[in-house]
Amino acid sequence: MSEERAREFDVAVIGGGLLGSAIAWGLAKVGSRVVVLDEGDVAYRASRGNFALVWVQSKGMGMAAYTRWSLRSSEAWSGFADVLKQQTGIDPCYRRPGGFHLVLGEHEWEKRKQTMTRLLGQPGAPEIDCEMLDHDQLARELPGIGVEVSGASYTQVDGHCNSLKLLRALHTGMQQLGVAYRTEHLVEHIDHVGGAFRLSTQGGELRAGKVVLTAGIDNARLGAMVGLDVPVRPQRGQLIVTERVAPFLNYPITTIRQTDEGSVMLGDSQEEAGLDPTVGSGVTAVLADRAVRMFPQLGRLNVVRTWAALRVMTQDGFPIYEQSQRCPGAFVATCHSGVTLAANHALTVAPCIAKGELPADLFQTFSARRFHVSAAA
Amino acid sequence: MNTQAIRDHYDVAIVGAGPAGLAAARVCADAGLSTVVFDEQPSPGGQIYRSVTATPFKRGTILGEDYWRGAALVAAMRASGAQYVANASVWSLTRDRELGIATGGGVQLLRARRVILCTGAIERPFPIPGWTLPGVMTAGAAQILLKSSALVPQGRVVLAGCGPLLWLLAWQYLNAGRRIDALLDTTPNENRSSVLPHLAAFLFSPYFFKGLDLLRTVRSQVNVVSGVTELRATGRGKVEEVVYRCGARAEQRLQIDTLLLHQGVAPNVNLALSAGIEHRWNDAQLCFLPTLGANADTSVEGIAIAGDGAGIAGAQSAEQRGVLAGVAAARSLKSAATVTGETQARAQIARYQRGRMFLDLFYRPAKQFRIPRGDTVVCRCEEVNARQIDEIIALGCPGPNQMKAFLRCGMGPCQGRFCGLTVTEMIAEGRGLTPQQIGYYRLRPPVKPITVAEMASLPKTAADLKAVVRV
Amino acid sequence: MFQRLPDASATPVRISIEGEPFEAREGDTVAAALLAAGRDYCRTTAISGTLRAPYCMMGVCFDCLVSIDGVANRQGCLVRVREGMHVEIQRGKREVAT
Repeated sequence: MSEERAREFDVAVIGGGLLGSAIAWGLAKVGSRVVVLDEGDVAYRASRGNFALVWVQSKGMGMAAYTRWSLRSSEAWSGFADVLKQQTGIDPCYRRPGGFHLVLGEHEWEKRKQTMTRLLGQPGAPEIDCEMLDHDQLARELPGIGVEVSGASYTQVDGHCNSLKLLRALHTGMQQLGVAYRTEHLVEHIDHVGGAFRLSTQGGELRAGKVVLTAGIDNARLGAMVGLDVPVRPQRGQLIVTERVAPFLNYPITTIRQTDEGSVMLGDSQEEAGLDPTVGSGVTAVLADRAVRMFPQLGRLNVVRTWAALRVMTQDGFPIYEQSQRCPGAFVATCHSGVTLAANHALTVAPCIAKGELPADLFQTFSARRFHVSAAA
Repeated sequence: MNTQAIRDHYDVAIVGAGPAGLAAARVCADAGLSTVVFDEQPSPGGQIYRSVTATPFKRGTILGEDYWRGAALVAAMRASGAQYVANASVWSLTRDRELGIATGGGVQLLRARRVILCTGAIERPFPIPGWTLPGVMTAGAAQILLKSSALVPQGRVVLAGCGPLLWLLAWQYLNAGRRIDALLDTTPNENRSSVLPHLAAFLFSPYFFKGLDLLRTVRSQVNVVSGVTELRATGRGKVEEVVYRCGARAEQRLQIDTLLLHQGVAPNVNLALSAGIEHRWNDAQLCFLPTLGANADTSVEGIAIAGDGAGIAGAQSAEQRGVLAGVAAARSLKSAATVTGETQARAQIARYQRGRMFLDLFYRPAKQFRIPRGDTVVCRCEEVNARQIDEIIALGCPGPNQMKAFLRCGMGPCQGRFCGLTVTEMIAEGRGLTPQQIGYYRLRPPVKPITVAEMASLPKTAADLKAVVRV
Repeated sequence: MFQRLPDASATPVRISIEGEPFEAREGDTVAAALLAAGRDYCRTTAISGTLRAPYCMMGVCFDCLVSIDGVANRQGCLVRVREGMHVEIQRGKREVAT
């Protein structure tokens, strides 16, 4: 390959996490020549800290379109996982037995029922069957739940996967499809020149017909260079991981799941802590405490590690998918549910970007302009 | 015996009860500071003076006279009035000097005005084919069994690797009447030329005569094979054979029951790194060492590191560095503190530093024993092998944290203690960069396991609750 | 696998290993006792079921995980033997109730 050609691409995807790699994979699948520009080994990397739920149940309060978007991805996930497994030999271990959201005490039970009724009653909400179970009904599905558990909400459309295997499959798959992957290529500047984009990176200069911002927190900085408003902030989440255990939990729960490897993950927290990804014993104490109240047997398990990662959060918690008016060909994709939405990103968002347009019917609701509307209102 | 309750604050908290920790504790307590020592082991002495107060040996000659120095250190620590807590693991340390402790009674948090980490060293990884087989252990493990329980291997035993500890173990076994079938010396021949500039310092160091005598004794009674360049252990379910080669010569096989490996030690960095203490790669010692100021102070205010955790320099040096760290802590809290042993400590450190470079370079393990290939296990906990790591390197993986995410290496309970250095060096070699550029695993508490229930019992604020409970 | 040197002295401590009685010595850790008892392995790994035995004896390798008095995955090298202790081989993943 000539020096010239090694620096010219159809699409430059900035950021190699779950969003970047899913979109790059999808782009390559429909024939685009793609480069993924990633940072080095120590970076914020929200994609390493997620809970691996492929979840619909709690999504979309205030935006039914987001509930629909999540459900769409959930329906496509199984096929997506199969394609990845066939292509790369890496199995994302997707299971969709349905999911529970456990509550402690009567007050939480009532609140949850109200929340779910309201959420699924929104105009435009998809048809999702949500069952409220009491303690006894729940105990039949989840033996070992604690006495404080008053019950749970359950929907069939929830599931989970192995998110690290997913990321690995996407990286392996995208490179198999010819995507160029460059690490330590932090993008310093993007110029829109002659209808295309010139990127100055730590590893040198590159040119691309289109650019897709999937750089997490850094999207704000990069977006400003290409006429995209990306108001995101970091939101810390912490989680606990135990040693491996013989299978005992057959369903994912919003805050407790047993991985395919046997370890148990306990989550989840939300803190506005700026760019500080350190763990704190107080939050993990609350996570552990709730988990033990939900499943007393968890108490004896050894904690092997804790994680903190920074979610990429918008004001309303919903994604931003946008194409730039000022610099046509520049796109941004950001969300904090990179696992759930991976199928959509690979199979819907990527082909739209390849065609050069995010259709309004699907994506208008996710434009960042919605923040200005509500600010003005 | 832990008869005293553990308080929630101290002037000085010391982690580790080896020579550095014992000496530092003595200095601080003697200076009138409230001092506590947390020791993960059941009795003081660390590893080098393991079980010195409880060893089953009555005779002083099997283990060597240096060993009994530990008894004096323990006695001095006890006399100083420092609080000693055995069977206590320190599973977290924050930048604000809050420690998380786990004892038989549960977990608790406490604060100290100064923290001195004396967590010492652990055996370097020695990733040869078969190193995970039952019957393959470290030389350090063999010493612990000897010192704590007067146990020696039955049947045929081979020692393999390089470094002073391997020879010391051989000598101790011979003293105990335990025959050694072979000592396979992997000291690289090319090290001999690199050490010449340091030879003079070594000849005048405390190590020379002692070492020479020891080597002579071992060589006269043990089949020592020098220049071993290839090594592997084989067997079904347990080790049955060690196979080795010296350069171009024919492969040799020995039937064995126990294989004891050693190629040096490296600092046990997990607690320090989890507290955010800066470390840098040291190419002579082939490991990450904390960046230290004049008084053993680290990049985190109020936290110091003394002993082998600050750089491998042996027991005598560790003791003296413990003294200096204690002195610095005492002075920083009580400017008119009465401290003893400072001048002598500095002189001794200089004395024991002489000749260290020679030992580091002479016994620097060969690359093929640090960077494995093929099916050889790299991460013992997660059973990840070299081939898998090489595949991910080829995928453009930039460093050990991405590697961890892709392969789970470093995610097991040992938290990278036995694979971290290997993974860093493999990626460095694969990418043509230095280990300093590649970095190391990101470490977080708990650096030793605690249970979910123990974690749940820790204090929680209203803000913590708010961060979690959302219905 | 490991034998006691004759000139060492210590009080006997009776424990059971996999249901069989064994006389350990005071000061032994569980891991040391297993080796003295001639046990070739102390666990089968949670991933592949491979046999493992103690490696470092100082609490950092986690290969000496065993079940002690019904509690799974304890580091045998950090626990001293006590009269009447029950030690079992750690077979693969622990059960959540152990």
